[in-house]
Parts: sequence; structure tokens; C-alpha cells
Amino acid sequence: MNGFLLTVGLILCFLVFLVLYRVVFGPGVFNRIAAISAVGTKTLIILLIMGYLYNRVEMFVDISMVYALLNFIGCIAAAKYLEMGKE
Amino acid sequence: MTTTVMYALAILFILGGVFFFATATIGLLRFPDFFSRLHATGKGDTLAVFLSLIGLALYEGISLTGLKIVFIAVFMFLAQPTATHAISRAGIKSGLQFWRKKGDAQ
Repeated sequence: MNGFLLTVGLILCFLVFLVLYRVVFGPGVFNRIAAISAVGTKTLIILLIMGYLYNRVEMFVDISMVYALLNFIGCIAAAKYLEMGKE
Repeated sequence: MTTTVMYALAILFILGGVFFFATATIGLLRFPDFFSRLHATGKGDTLAVFLSLIGLALYEGISLTGLKIVFIAVFMFLAQPTATHAISRAGIKSGLQFWRKKGDAQ
């Protein structure tokens, strides 16, 4: 089971690197925010898998929860800030 | 016996989650404009994170940690569409253009 989780974590890291293309080259700030949100979602799962690999899930699950909350709040704050429009 | 069934179910759920993560990433990279990219990543990532977390909770079993993982799954299932909605509405209000096919009437 540990080998399976390690494989899943490596696949998710590869997908994060693919999404980073959209973060770096994406035209405009909105594409970048959407891509950052996708990276945060993948990081959530990677953190939990790291917890299983290190046998410290009860610690990593709290970090993962805080990461989910911060990802949501950051996305909402950026959207509210950029809603003011082109001025 | 029971643990074997639970592990098989967990592996199935996590594999489904990885599949939907991959499709959402391909959509984010390949679609032509902002709104269609958001359509791919918003729905795909929501389903993928839900499936992956349910798989990890099945692997964990009934405990406080498993309960916390289920809580994260429910929270992400509410929060991810809300964030997607907010960011797309900000995009519309700040005047992003919709993508159209070439030669399509305005």
C-alpha cells in the first residue's frame, strides 16, 4: 500500500509541474489565480499522502485542513480584489 | 477479509481521483480561454479531491483522523465551487472576452 501511495504522490507532483506552466505563462492574472487554486487542491492530497508515508497522519491532517481553508480564503480574497474591474 | 475489501475500495477511489486530476490538468492546459479553463478545473478538481479524500478515509478507517479527512472532503465540496464562481464572476465584471470560433457571428 505504501508503494501505491508513493506512486500516486509522484504522479500528483508531476501534474503540479504541468499546472505551473499555466501559472508562469498564463495570459492575465485570472488564469494565474485559477491555476494557483488547482495547485493548492493537489497539494492537499500530497500532504495527506506524505503523512501516510511518514506514519504521522494525525499531524499532517491538521496541516492539510489549514491548507484547504487558506486556499479557499485566498481565492475569495483575490476575486473580491480584482472584481473592481478595469479602471 | 474486511480490511482487504476496504483497501481495494480505497485504491479504486484514489485511482479515480488521480484520473480526474489528470483530466482537469489537461483541460487547464489545452482549453482556449479563461472561462472554459475554469470549467475544466473547477468541476474536475472538485470531483477529484472528493474521490481522493474518500479513498484515504476508507484506508484510514474509523478514527478521529478519518473523521477529519471526511470533514475536509465535505468542506472542499462546498468551497471549491464557491471559489470558482467568485473568480469567474470577477472575470466577467472586469471585462474578459468570451472565446468564439473563427468566423462566428458576433
